[in-house]
Amino acid sequence: MQTKLLGALAAVALLAACASEDTSGAATGAGAGAGGLGAGAGMSGAIRPGSQEDLVANVGDRVFFATDSSSVGADQRPTLERQAAWLAQYPQAQVTVEGHADERGTREYNLALGQRRANAARDVLVAQGVAGGRVSTISYGKDRPAALGSSADAWAQNRRAVTVVR
Amino acid sequence: MTQQNILFSRRLALMGGAGLLAAPSLVRAQAPAPGGVSAAGQTIDITRARTDPIPIALPDFAGSSPQAQQLGRNIIQVITNNLRNSGLFRPLDRGAYIQSGEAAAAGPRFQDWRVIGAQALVTGRAEPQGDRARIEFRLWEVGSEQQLQGTAYTAAANNWRQIAHVISDVIYERMLGEKGYFDTRIVYVAETGPRDRRTRRLAIMDQDGENNRFLTDGSFQVLTPRFHPNARQIAFMSYANNQPRVYLFDLNSGRQEVLGNFQGMTLSPRFSPDGRSVVLSSARGGDANIFVVDLASRRERQLTSGGGLDVSPSFSPDGTQIVFNSDRGGDQQLYVMDANGGGVRRISFGNGRYATPVWSPRGDLIAFTRISGGRFGIGVMRPDGSGERILSEGWSMEGPTFAPNGRVLAFYRESQARDTRGGGYAARLAMIDISGFNERQVITPTDATDPSWSPLLSS
Repeated sequence: MQTKLLGALAAVALLAACASEDTSGAATGAGAGAGGLGAGAGMSGAIRPGSQEDLVANVGDRVFFATDSSSVGADQRPTLERQAAWLAQYPQAQVTVEGHADERGTREYNLALGQRRANAARDVLVAQGVAGGRVSTISYGKDRPAALGSSADAWAQNRRAVTVVR
Repeated sequence: MTQQNILFSRRLALMGGAGLLAAPSLVRAQAPAPGGVSAAGQTIDITRARTDPIPIALPDFAGSSPQAQQLGRNIIQVITNNLRNSGLFRPLDRGAYIQSGEAAAAGPRFQDWRVIGAQALVTGRAEPQGDRARIEFRLWEVGSEQQLQGTAYTAAANNWRQIAHVISDVIYERMLGEKGYFDTRIVYVAETGPRDRRTRRLAIMDQDGENNRFLTDGSFQVLTPRFHPNARQIAFMSYANNQPRVYLFDLNSGRQEVLGNFQGMTLSPRFSPDGRSVVLSSARGGDANIFVVDLASRRERQLTSGGGLDVSPSFSPDGTQIVFNSDRGGDQQLYVMDANGGGVRRISFGNGRYATPVWSPRGDLIAFTRISGGRFGIGVMRPDGSGERILSEGWSMEGPTFAPNGRVLAFYRESQARDTRGGGYAARLAMIDISGFNERQVITPTDATDPSWSPLLSS
């Protein structure tokens, strides 16, 4: 129990640390984090296949964006491709892509920017063959940060699109 | 609670229209023409506010009973705070007063007020009458020994704060030659809880921070409330049912309804100056465009199209133009277009990104947020983009809203988190004179963002 918990924490910390550098770092981090968590999940057997926990642990639920950008970088694309494959594996799953921005913009513009990021991620999923009707989008702008600090690290983690199983 | 308060204000509004009685005993001064000429014939230049606030004496109102005197003290305190906070008046130290308020109400001994440096003097009398109150006040110009104004108000006694604000506005207008902004409210977003799980509620308060109350219960997130020109309706963005849309909130009934029949997210609403339509942004696909929704027919009309995020539209006070924020040119800048969507031209050309434009009710300025060099600032520029001035700068601030007379801006400031858990973060409302002076914080019970200033309530 102790070990598993530590494993999960380590994976999360890794994800955060990598995400903080730049988008290419974030991609590597997400991949590594997913791998690490996957091993832990395998051991525990507690994660239900096709669930949000499964997506987070074995696929990676989020992609990151550069400042003021809403284009999905080549380094981020593999996460969405894995998501598309996962969605093909669980055809009953419906997801919402949540778009977010960092705190260094104004609220209204960031709402629109978050929407554009969510759409960009959704477009990749649909291009990978996921039926459009299964993927809705929503934006929270800068108003639901994942990292609470006021640092470049935190901002990099907050410029994100997160896929959430409905 | 909301309803009750609005009823009071309507009662007062009614009273203002029909029964804002100048009692027979109260003689109006030879009405100075609107335009800021006092009885002594001097025009006060309000742009000199910083250096020359008007010294004004505000002794306690007279009253025939302890209860009456307490009411009078409450009222004069509110008036004093209003005038001081404006930065345009300097209420004189009460300890220096020679004549008592009681005596001054019977007849000012002008020499006593002249020697302590008062340019203006306010006297008055408060008399509770059952659940109502009669408040009379007179404004005197000390130098010329002339009464500039004398008015008596009767209203529900528990509405004394609004009477104090109305009197404050009369003093402001008589002395400065332009309308005041004290009998107004501010609607804003009250924020509680950690930043990643914020509870956001609509809240409303008097402009001085009093009478704060919450309009929504926090079960769904709300953002960016904006007052209707009649002050009885609010347009805002709600995440009810996880569908972020612009809603209307009726302050009388508390009823909420979604506005328009848009496919995707709608955001950044503002009413037109005539109150008949709402201009907003609709996000679909990768774009966001400006639409105007007619409130009677609920028909929507698209004003902008094409690539880019067009958000934060705001009408000019004559309704002929709209300023908005767009990244169509690569980064966020301000653009002005005709109200039908034609004639788009960029107006911001300084360093940095420009956002949240809002047109002054006077028409002469557009206030905005600028992000430049890692800092946020609140500024103003003329509608053609000239004369840009940054009034305040800091770690994070945005969302300016004009007082109805166009002299003061309210906005919100956020402080930088000190640690990775967000410690040290706070969001506060602030006000600043458009001259860039007299910035001060507005005290709210919770963190506060997205202020919107109402029009004058009883005029």
